Amino acid sequence: MNHYQTTIAPGGHWSLELRRGTLLRLQDIDGNGNAGLLFYNPRNLLERYNAPDTLKCQHTFKLTRGNCLYSDMGRIFASIVDDDLGWHDTVCGNSHASHIDARWGRRDYQHDRNDWHQNGHDAFLVELAKYGLGAADMAANINVFSKVETDDEGNLQLADGHSAPGSTLTLRIEMDCLMLIHACPHPLNTAADYPRCRIGVELSVAEPMTEDDICLNHCDENRRGFANNALYYLGA
Amino acid sequence: MIKHSERLADTALRREQIDAGDYYIAKLGAGEVLRILDLEGNQAADTLFFCADDPAERYSATDTIREQGNVYLSAGSVLRSTLNRPMLEIVADTCGRHDTLGGACATESNTVRYDLEKRCMHACRDSWMLAIAEHPEYGLSKRDIGHNINFFMNVPVTADGELSFADGISGAGKYVELKALVDTIVLISNCPQLNNPCNAYNPTPVECLIWAA
Repeated sequence: MNHYQTTIAPGGHWSLELRRGTLLRLQDIDGNGNAGLLFYNPRNLLERYNAPDTLKCQHTFKLTRGNCLYSDMGRIFASIVDDDLGWHDTVCGNSHASHIDARWGRRDYQHDRNDWHQNGHDAFLVELAKYGLGAADMAANINVFSKVETDDEGNLQLADGHSAPGSTLTLRIEMDCLMLIHACPHPLNTAADYPRCRIGVELSVAEPMTEDDICLNHCDENRRGFANNALYYLGA
Repeated sequence: MIKHSERLADTALRREQIDAGDYYIAKLGAGEVLRILDLEGNQAADTLFFCADDPAERYSATDTIREQGNVYLSAGSVLRSTLNRPMLEIVADTCGRHDTLGGACATESNTVRYDLEKRCMHACRDSWMLAIAEHPEYGLSKRDIGHNINFFMNVPVTADGELSFADGISGAGKYVELKALVDTIVLISNCPQLNNPCNAYNPTPVECLIWAA
């Protein structure tokens, strides 16, 4: 198989292992959606996506085309090869049950069935447990399609109407990894109703990276990150 | 926000100097107050907090900055856990701003940030690794090592989403004080970084003081 397409239902969550060389295209089908994302190394689950290293290695507060997503071991899980939006958040974490409860009412499968109010934290806990992982293994995640900007004093604000319906983010997987994904609301979302936004997931085979690649040439740090990946796969 | 403390060093229960490149690990009971003192200025104290009852619940940078609606830490900041519960409060701060975005240095990220051949230079995460190896009584392992606070470090965010590592705003004798709201384990690496101008390439000692509740 070299192509697969699916949709994560609003409030849904999923996890799967991805091979290096996979192209992962995420789509905000309905607009103003949010996709929580985390990465782990299936060979050593202690190696995980590291938001601080990702930000400081590239001197950025936001994620967009050209950026790489680093593990805590100096390697690149994935690179952002295409992006319709220019800004994805990785500093605000997950929604908790307490956020959802206060804004839209508690998670209640008995009454709401598939329309229950799932939260990002619990969604990840469920997926982590499938691999023997727990709360201690949860790292600061990425909130794809969400923009959280700051003013001069450092005050944070979730941008309104940032992501139009159909917006996409495309990742090239640079290292075999376990991906966790959920379609739960951003924790700063204060919409009147529980946001029901579907996330499209499309998997295919990426073209090999070329010397003029935008992520490789984004900064010297990324060139060294890719060198660490090459070392990891030496002889493979 | 600058806020001075009335506490006198002479009345502290415990005092300990931590040299650059060393770690500090201690239990802080609910109500106890920890002061981290930048003895010579522009040092970074890379700090993690864990709930003593269950270290899987630990300091969370994302929950903390989101709930306070601001990326910088200072007096009045409530440090929250991975379960979004208050763990500690910053009750005094003569520095004015502390970073919790930039994370700690590690030998592996040093290869990316500075040079592939700098992988053997000492780094904060190695100090934490030694601390958890030498102190199994705290029940910590690598999976518990997450996103930290860099006390005394200045990492401004720009409106267009850039991150810069600016000159330190700390100086000799500046300090930050934290009151534990729950029983807490504190783990500090006094940063050994020799490649970053933020400490003028000169890592220096800090002192930790603890007062009773």
